[in-house]
Amino acid sequence: MGVKLLYFAWVREKTGLGEETVDLPDHVQSVADLMDWLKGRGPEYEAAFEKAEVIRAAINQTHVPHNASISEAREIAFFPPVTGG
Amino acid sequence: MIRVQQEDFDISAEIAKLRSGRTDIGAIVTFTGTVRDTAKGEPISEMTLEHYPGMTESELERIEQDAHARWPLQDSVIIHRHGPMKPGDNIVLVVTASAHRQAAFEAAEFLMDYLKTNAPFWKKEVGPDGGAWVDARDSDDDALKRWDNASKAAE
Repeated sequence: MGVKLLYFAWVREKTGLGEETVDLPDHVQSVADLMDWLKGRGPEYEAAFEKAEVIRAAINQTHVPHNASISEAREIAFFPPVTGG
Repeated sequence: MIRVQQEDFDISAEIAKLRSGRTDIGAIVTFTGTVRDTAKGEPISEMTLEHYPGMTESELERIEQDAHARWPLQDSVIIHRHGPMKPGDNIVLVVTASAHRQAAFEAAEFLMDYLKTNAPFWKKEVGPDGGAWVDARDSDDDALKRWDNASKAAE
């Protein structure tokens, strides 16, 4: 079963899409693994995840660190540090 | 009560709703965030706020519940707008109500500090050189740290 990926703000602009559903290979276990895997999907992704350390992630709409496991993820979002308020 | 909406809000109407039918409130604090007309010395003609529908609402509800767990609040309101805005427009409203002023003042600051660092909103400002995403400020993270002791005590 695929997992839904969402991108916001400049991550969205760089990947060129707001959301997509992907089938992940077994070796992609954590958020950090997923960002590495995404980088290999083309120049847009490479540009979007170039500064992976500044990108924040959420699994199932909850903030998570990069070492979080994605095994229970239905929805994973990537975005810059938030700037609301 | 939390609300995420594109349209503007009416501060007086929100306070009136909150006070309606009750006389136990002794203090009401409001904070309104608005669009500034400059960024880093450059004029701003427009600002757009993007958000993460679904997560935005759940984060705001979580933040509001945290505030109610820490202070004796009688009620609270968080309204955050998204979409295109102009300088001078309202962005966010926080209202806190309590029997005595200290809880309302502190909870309003806490709500804004948590909202700024946790609610999934992103600002893009349009100036003479085009659009630019606003960078997160270290001072917002620092502002959050002052609640650390309180949060540890509450856990």
